[in-house]
Amino acid sequence: MKKLLQLFLAFARVGVMTFGGGYAMIPILEREIVDRHGWASNEELMDYYAVGQCTPGVIAVNTATFIGYKVAGTVGGIAATLGVVFPSLVIITVIAGVLTHFADIPQVKSAFAAIRVCVCVLIFNAVLKLWKGAVKDKGALVLFLLVFGLSIFLDISPVFYVLFCALAGILLTRWGVRSK
Amino acid sequence: MILLRLFWEFFKTGLFAVGGGMATLPFLYDMAEKTGWFTAAQLADMIAVSESTPGPIGVNMATYVGFHTAGIPGAVIATLGLITPEIIIILIIARVLQKFRQNKTVDAAFYGLRPCSVGLIAAAGLLVVKVAMFCFDKYEQSGVFIDLFNWKALILAAVLLILTRWVKPLKKLHPIFFILGSALIGVVFSF
Repeated sequence: MKKLLQLFLAFARVGVMTFGGGYAMIPILEREIVDRHGWASNEELMDYYAVGQCTPGVIAVNTATFIGYKVAGTVGGIAATLGVVFPSLVIITVIAGVLTHFADIPQVKSAFAAIRVCVCVLIFNAVLKLWKGAVKDKGALVLFLLVFGLSIFLDISPVFYVLFCALAGILLTRWGVRSK
Repeated sequence: MILLRLFWEFFKTGLFAVGGGMATLPFLYDMAEKTGWFTAAQLADMIAVSESTPGPIGVNMATYVGFHTAGIPGAVIATLGLITPEIIIILIIARVLQKFRQNKTVDAAFYGLRPCSVGLIAAAGLLVVKVAMFCFDKYEQSGVFIDLFNWKALILAAVLLILTRWVKPLKKLHPIFFILGSALIGVVFSF
C-alpha cells in the first residue's frame, strides 16, 4: 500500500512539473524516476518511449503505466497512471472554472514563451545523455540519423519508424553488425 | 446519459490516437462536429490552455472538454475514458515484455529501437526550437534576415545551456528550477 502511494505521489509530481507536453517530461522523469527512486534505468525509459510511440494514447501515461507495473504489478500501473493525470484534473478544472481567457493573458504568454526555450535546452541535454546509452556502434548511428533526418523532412507516423527500426535491429544483430 | 457517452467518446480517442497527445486532435475535432458539445473555436481555446498548463497535453484536453461538457464529473469521466484503453494495452504489453525481455530477438529489436527513440525525441525537440527561438512569420513579412531570430530567446537558451551543462553546483539542480526561473524571466522581459 505504501508503494502504491509512493507511485501515485511520484507521478503526480511528474505531472505537475511537465510543462509543454510529452517530451518535456523526459528530463523530469529522469530526475524523479531514475535518479530519485531508481525505479527504472535510462535505457528502460527509452524502451518505454519506443513502445509508447506505436501504442495508442498519451506517451506520458504509457510510460507511467509501464513503470508502475514494473515496480508494483497491475495495481502499481494503475496507481502511477492515476498519479500522472491527477494534477491535470485539478489544474484544468480550476482554470476552466475560474479563468475563461487564461491563455490570452500577456504574462501567461510571456512565461510560456520562455518556458519553451528552457524545454529546448533540457531536451537537448536529455538527448545527449540518452544518445550515450543508445548509439554505441555504426549500425545504431545509421538508424539514429535515418530517423532524425526523415522525421524532420517527412510527415510519416512514428509507428513506421518504430517498426522499421525494430526489424533493422533484429537484422543488424543477425548480420553481426552490432558490436558486442 | 451524457457521462456514459463522454466516457465512450474518450475511450475511443484513447484507443485509436497513436503517437502522443497531439494525435488526439483530429478525434476531438470530429467529436465537436458529431456531438455538438463544443465548437471548433472553443476547441482551439482549449488547446491553447492545455498547452499553457502543466501536464500531458492529451490529458489536459480530455479534462477540459469533459469539464466544459458536464462539470467536474465530466472532467473525471472524460480523463478516465481516455486513459482506460491505454492502461489495459500497456499492462498487457508490459507483462509480455517482462516474459520475453531476455529473448535474443526481442533484445535485438530494442537495439534498433533505442536509436529510433533518441532520433524521434531529437526531431521533436527541433520542432520546439523552431517555435521558441525563430520568428519565421516576421522574417517572411519583412525579408530582413536578422528578424528571423528571436534574440531574447537565443540569449536565454545560451545562458541556460551554460548553467545546466558547465556550472557545477547548478548542473545538479532539479529541472523545475530552470523552468520556473525561465517563466519569471519571460514575464519580466516580456518574451
